[in-house]
Amino acid sequence: MLHRYPRRVVIIMLVLTAFVAIFPLWGPVVFGAQSDFMMEKLTLMLILALFAMSLDLLVGIVGLVSLGHALFFGLGAYTLALASPAFSPAAIWWMMPLVMLVAALAALVVGFLVIRTKGIFFIMTTLAFGQMLYYFVNTSRHTGGTDGVFIMFRPSVELGGTVLLDLDNPLTFFYVCLAMVVVGYLFLRWLTRSFYGQVLDGIHDNEHRMEALGYATSHYKLVAFVISGVMASLAGMLAAMQYGFANPAQLGWHTSGEVLMMLILGGMGTIFGPILGAFAYEILQHTFEHMTTHWPILMGITIILAVLVLPRGIAGLIIDPPNRESLAKSPLLKWLKRDATTPRNEAAKPVAPATGKEG
Amino acid sequence: MDLAFFGVQLLNGLQYGLLLFLIASGLTLIFGIMGIINLAHGAMYMIGAYLVYDLTFRLGNFWLAILVAVPIAIALGLIIERLFLDTLYKRDHLYQVLLTFGLILVLNEMQRIIWGGDVHSVPIPELFSGRIQLTDNLQYSHYRLFVMGVCLALAGVIYWVIRHTRLGIIIRAGAVNRDMVEGLGINVRTLFTLIFSVGVALTAFAGMIAAPLTSIAPGMGDSILITCFVVVVIGGIGSIKGAFWGAILIGMAETFGSVLIPSLASMVIYLIMAAVLLVKPRGLFA
Amino acid sequence: MSATTHHDALLETPLLETPLLQTKGLTRRFGGLVAVNNVDFTLRQGEIHAILGPNGAGKSTLINLLSGEFPPSEGEILFQGQPIQGKKARQIARMGIGRSHQKTNIFPRLTCLQNCQLAARIHLGGVFGSWRSRHRAREVNERALEVLETCQLVHRAHTPASAMSYGEQRQLQIAMVLATAPKLMLLDEPMAGMGREETAQVTELLKGLSDRYPLVLIEHDMDSVFRLADRITVMVDGCVLETGPTAQIRASERVRDVYLGRHHEESAA
Repeated sequence: MLHRYPRRVVIIMLVLTAFVAIFPLWGPVVFGAQSDFMMEKLTLMLILALFAMSLDLLVGIVGLVSLGHALFFGLGAYTLALASPAFSPAAIWWMMPLVMLVAALAALVVGFLVIRTKGIFFIMTTLAFGQMLYYFVNTSRHTGGTDGVFIMFRPSVELGGTVLLDLDNPLTFFYVCLAMVVVGYLFLRWLTRSFYGQVLDGIHDNEHRMEALGYATSHYKLVAFVISGVMASLAGMLAAMQYGFANPAQLGWHTSGEVLMMLILGGMGTIFGPILGAFAYEILQHTFEHMTTHWPILMGITIILAVLVLPRGIAGLIIDPPNRESLAKSPLLKWLKRDATTPRNEAAKPVAPATGKEG
Repeated sequence: MDLAFFGVQLLNGLQYGLLLFLIASGLTLIFGIMGIINLAHGAMYMIGAYLVYDLTFRLGNFWLAILVAVPIAIALGLIIERLFLDTLYKRDHLYQVLLTFGLILVLNEMQRIIWGGDVHSVPIPELFSGRIQLTDNLQYSHYRLFVMGVCLALAGVIYWVIRHTRLGIIIRAGAVNRDMVEGLGINVRTLFTLIFSVGVALTAFAGMIAAPLTSIAPGMGDSILITCFVVVVIGGIGSIKGAFWGAILIGMAETFGSVLIPSLASMVIYLIMAAVLLVKPRGLFA
Repeated sequence: MSATTHHDALLETPLLETPLLQTKGLTRRFGGLVAVNNVDFTLRQGEIHAILGPNGAGKSTLINLLSGEFPPSEGEILFQGQPIQGKKARQIARMGIGRSHQKTNIFPRLTCLQNCQLAARIHLGGVFGSWRSRHRAREVNERALEVLETCQLVHRAHTPASAMSYGEQRQLQIAMVLATAPKLMLLDEPMAGMGREETAQVTELLKGLSDRYPLVLIEHDMDSVFRLADRITVMVDGCVLETGPTAQIRASERVRDVYLGRHHEESAA
């Protein structure tokens, strides 16, 4: 059934989570002096995992391909950067709600406009709105232009004068990010299995039928757009804390494209897949960077191959491990054997047979 | 702002708009007929510009460079279509986005490998290096007028093909209902290859003739791509007429925006797009 | 209330109460093509009303106009005496006009039961109004199971719709319409592409439902139509050729010439 996965998925994810959680134990052994740097990398991967998950709600669950998701990521970063006082840390108790509120409002306005469009139009308009903010922060004096804005102090987590968490401590921050990913995952898992999630599945499968049943599908899509935007803004806020600045590149369309790449690498529509995808993407990039200065070319080839060979991503491999039969049906073989006389390939979704009669 | 200055800006806006039309028409054709969203379209514009830069210095002649560069661009289009896009028809737009995004990364980096990360320029060809005198202290470049003329001529050719040829009928039918094209008994395979190559050639050609007017820099294709998306969204996807008027509108808006309201210039075209989406979500000419 | 073979059924009975659904001068143009031309159509309470006509007669367009898929170019549609033309498809659906489509139109990745739950839930108040209510969830579930029972699909409840046979998918379509508890059903060729046996089964199903759910039916299978319909409207080229009780249409020379004859020739050929 949809959104129910074999037990090995749970086991693999739990093992991986535990593995990441105990990094402070094995990191120094494996990486030695580089351990601190690796933990920073790992923290970043967790933040990107949260970002990728949020996009999966739109792309994988609802079927809305957004190429402007970095808008909300960057908005979270800039809200934190611009709202933080210059000489003292902001309290997380108002900073986090503020980031979420700004993102929700932006998602509501942008969503209201883009949800009216479909398919390719949606891709283009989300991209365009993302770029709108990108050019704005790039040229505006208030946002520091191309340099961005530095964040001098990470927000404080205090209650009645007692420091609950010290976000400046890399280890604490690492665990905060890990917790955010776990909470984010559980929330989306709950959401997709709720009745609201079922409606989203219905919209993904056959929006026209949903309308004919009486659903105001655009309202449901808008809600998903806002939830997704708010989650992305939280990831952006964490990223800005991690980097120590908010920067136009964080909301440029290359960031939107990269997070889509994480989705396809990990396997979209599964929520857990994009988490794996974020890690896979970062590890690949890290590896390629060490191989050549022209690493983007390797990234590009990887993504082209992923589309051709592994459209369901790593999650697809875990859910349905490849066997002889499935390998014979692999898209790569189809690609190699493709019939040059016909442009038609396999349909993306199973479609019921149709009748030929017209009324 | 005096009248002559206004006139120059009007011409600039028109020239930029016409150039945008060349790029956007390819984009909208490829989507309208083939149902493919091609993010690498902007990269082809960049490659056109770099090819001309490279060949002008190699061959010593701008016109010769264009003559050689156009077939190269068409060949590149053919290779991309046959090798990659072939698998993407009828697949979700997401895969088209991802694969063509991958192509951007590859093409942008190839550009860096071949031509490096520096900003280049191409001199305006001698034939059109003159300027016409508009008023006592305002001139307008011959070359810009030439670009306008070429773009208008190409727009005329596209219009004629779409209005008066069998291919045009197919294109118009395809923009309304893609499945219908298959019903017309046409070799869809060949048609798609043709459309894609023409689309790529148009955008690469736009890059070539724009080369003497702009600075040739890495990533120049990305920003033009997004501007052209706005054009296509405003005009209506698949509509050549929409692409034309959308391009003129955006060309004017961007030119006058940067003169009249510099602080908001980069946002103007997006605000126009938002307004169009509010009123006509499917574009002005859909 | 069904067509009888008494000869007095040949006489049109006068219409006393407000008709459930009525169109006046309904017209729809697509560019230069007039798909539906000045159609007056009346569905009485508690009746099955079949629409017959050759391919391209405008039957599906008529259904699409009634369900709000697109607005009419001209004319009125009255549902329970209230004008509904120009309303959106989803608004009309929520007023109680349920429809099925000519092509199989289901949610392939969802299970059979989930398909029906989606239909039942919208009728029972949508999602946001009742997100937490366990009671409501039970109600939706019961309703969904009930219609699966009616359509004999309970054994397939947890099968993804894409994995069901074609005939089952067609039945699921009807189940989904039922789950919305419609005041009126519009079924566009519910038996299209089905085998003999399945067709007979669905015919019986619709027959059994007819007292509770008035029905506008497009169907090519003559046996089913004559067995089910109380009243028939025959359309040709977007216009109504003739409308009346089933027996009257069966006896009509004009209909036989224009449509039935041709139809039988076609099927004989």
